[in-house]
Amino acid sequence: MGVTVIPSSSEARLSPRRSILQNGLRVVTSEQKALPMVTFNLLIEAGSRFEPEGREGLANITARLLTYGTKTRTALQISEALDFLGATLSTGCGEEAASVSMTLLKKDLDAGLQLLAEILSASTFPVEEIERQKQSVIASIRAREEEPGHVANLKFIEALFPKSPYGRPVEGTAESVKRVDRPGLLEFYQKYYRPNHAILTIVGDVSHQDIIERLGQAFRPWEKGGASVAPPAPPAPGAPTVIKVSRDLTQANIILGHEGVPRAHPDYYAIQVMNYILGSGGFSSRLMESIRNQRGLAYSVYSAFEPEKYAGSFAVSMQTKNESASEAIRVAIEEIRKIREQGATEEELKAAKDYLIGSFPLRLDTNRKVAAFLSQVEFFGLGLDYPERYPDIVRAVSREDVLRVAKRYLQPEKLIVVVVADQKKAGLKTPLDMDKGL
Amino acid sequence: MRFFWLPLLFLLPSVAPAQAQNIQVREAVLDNGLKALLLEDHKSAAVTFQVWYRVGSRNEIDGKSGLAHFLEHMLFKGTPKVGPEQYSRIIAENGGNSNAFTTPDHTVYFATMSREKIGVEIELEADRMTNALLNGTYFEPEKMVVMEERRLRTEDNPAAALGEVMAAVAYTVYPYRRPVIGWMSDILNLSRDDLRQFYKTYYIPNNAYIVVVGDFDSEKILVKIKQEFGKIQRGAEPPKVTLDEPPQRGERRTAFKKEAELPLVASYYHVPNLQNSDGYALDLLSVILAAGRSSRLYQELVYHRQIAAGVEADYDGLSIGPSIFSLSAQVMPDKGAAEVERAIDELIAKVRSEPVGERELQKAKNQVEAAFVFGQDSIFGQAMRIGQFESVAKWQMIDSYLPGIRAVTSADVLRVAKKYLDPDRRTVGTLIPTKETK
Repeated sequence: MGVTVIPSSSEARLSPRRSILQNGLRVVTSEQKALPMVTFNLLIEAGSRFEPEGREGLANITARLLTYGTKTRTALQISEALDFLGATLSTGCGEEAASVSMTLLKKDLDAGLQLLAEILSASTFPVEEIERQKQSVIASIRAREEEPGHVANLKFIEALFPKSPYGRPVEGTAESVKRVDRPGLLEFYQKYYRPNHAILTIVGDVSHQDIIERLGQAFRPWEKGGASVAPPAPPAPGAPTVIKVSRDLTQANIILGHEGVPRAHPDYYAIQVMNYILGSGGFSSRLMESIRNQRGLAYSVYSAFEPEKYAGSFAVSMQTKNESASEAIRVAIEEIRKIREQGATEEELKAAKDYLIGSFPLRLDTNRKVAAFLSQVEFFGLGLDYPERYPDIVRAVSREDVLRVAKRYLQPEKLIVVVVADQKKAGLKTPLDMDKGL
Repeated sequence: MRFFWLPLLFLLPSVAPAQAQNIQVREAVLDNGLKALLLEDHKSAAVTFQVWYRVGSRNEIDGKSGLAHFLEHMLFKGTPKVGPEQYSRIIAENGGNSNAFTTPDHTVYFATMSREKIGVEIELEADRMTNALLNGTYFEPEKMVVMEERRLRTEDNPAAALGEVMAAVAYTVYPYRRPVIGWMSDILNLSRDDLRQFYKTYYIPNNAYIVVVGDFDSEKILVKIKQEFGKIQRGAEPPKVTLDEPPQRGERRTAFKKEAELPLVASYYHVPNLQNSDGYALDLLSVILAAGRSSRLYQELVYHRQIAAGVEADYDGLSIGPSIFSLSAQVMPDKGAAEVERAIDELIAKVRSEPVGERELQKAKNQVEAAFVFGQDSIFGQAMRIGQFESVAKWQMIDSYLPGIRAVTSADVLRVAKKYLDPDRRTVGTLIPTKETK
């Protein structure tokens, strides 16, 4: 078999472009011609933090119902149409934003655009679909109670951000979901599902100019709404505590953590480098080495600084047999203390930076990843040249930075510890003992 | 599996379609029997390099279950040249992501990184094939890690625990009756001698093949592969698995009781693998039954009757041994498992007595074809596809896949449904939630 002439990898670039439509919709594109497919990623500021008190779960159900009826199509017609094209369309909802992701073959581009425009501007929220969806969400809330890691996380965010939308499950509770009704859904949809609150990223075999023209046609009915609401006050973090949940499990599911930083924080990158060394660097991380490799206490252990737009969290997550819960917690806290006191070595710093910089292109190795990435870049206001700037930003982090951010943003005295386990076997020590690292 | 590796979950479904034009794989076989399958794809700046060993849990014997998987873990504990746990660190410092996984049929080690750095991975994998120390210091802690992995994946996961029991009932002779991770008592009893013997028998160039996909030059990478792997001696042909599953005569039923929220109903039907031409119709049958919101099971159980929270149908045709066609449904709160099982039975009876409509069949074919194009978006997904087809038959079979799908008629679907979805050939399993202890 002969080898054909191929373009070099340096030519494989994102070349992102950005436009704002007349209705205020921000559009980011990256033309990728290798495959006859197009991926859409829409982010819209319609997350759970916008929902009224007592109607928790409203934002999530709004997002879920987008594909269950428009002025011209029933739920069944929509799913028939999508399945016949072999297209995928999914909706999601977080605290800040709801999302719509769609991938289809290029030949079906106009059909897809038409459908997307319809669900965004002409969803009807039929009563029977609302009831069906509420039952489905309540079942899903129940089903996820079976996942100990999920249960631990719900308890953790609740304790971390008490009385804040960031501390509530996006799905709401069975009780609050029951209270969601059609007028509330329509009001939420009409207020927040507006093009000037949204970012649409399109990656695939279509040019910027071509897609902008098509969008101008298809999205004309989607009218601009009011101005965005002011950013929320940062949520006040909850007090340190130990929360135990009893389940018939062989493993203790443990989360320990505290407040983190929002995405725009000036120390964000130094924190990411520090946390790579502590616990996000897979088998290169200290938590993995001391808890898994040396002691065999866990299969999975990692730490994460999760940045939201207006809030952030830090958490160590792990699972260990009930009987070794105390020991695993002790070792994790020990590692947190150690990096706060001693910082990192030159070798660790270099390894962290080499990975973060070197692996950056792997985060963009499919069209779907590129689409999700560019939406985030726009949402957080990082600028389309972010991929080019990233290596220098990371390179600039010094050992002093790592020590400084470890001291400042790791706070062992503020830890919230959640343990979902067979508590009799786990036999946890008191919170005070843990704080002393016993 | 060495570590959580979520993409696999999305890449392994039975719909593993093939492409329209013939796949441009270049095949080379080294003198020692090691085969290399190379597919250049320059749309992103990354290369995925995978070594597939033709050994998995199907090669184990009773009392030694989990051996292949435990060995996979221990092959990260170093060689005379590379220290314990250094493999992952070296790959990370070179900007790469690496991992490994074990299935019933094979054990695969891989890394994804830039074309400039992929040589590092090639050197490390050649070293791992023949020089592993299986060091005693790390043996006991790693055994504990594997036991934690079993607790996490199986013991505390009701759906997985049910699946394990069902496989043990559905297969009476074939080794697929044993779980890949192994029974807890077997893991506990595995010895270093077991590992050494297994390594010596199966980790030889003539029992492995390499799959490389991405941004590289075939000529150059082949030189590097020959240079690193060429010096390894061919080994004695490993023993063949000669077991065969006898035909099932009569339904088998099993129940599994565990603390859980919602019951789960599942059925496993014996079917041939994709080497049998009935595989194409079985694949489409699984799509017709449960792929997408317009599929039969979804429409009837989830949408109209609201007795199931979710449904799945899966034809796992890419297995070396006898395959399973599985159906499962999570029961809605306050609905009964028996009612769900009856509803599924009615739909199965229908698909066994009436031909599917032309449009419905075309829709299923469109779903498979579009999924194929979307699958090409990922170099990793493409490498998985080549590796799996090579494992079952030959990679060239990818080229006959889509034509095989297109040629299926509704008479074929009716015929395979009649032949294989026979209650006498199935195992029915039910997860029965027990009361919580809290």
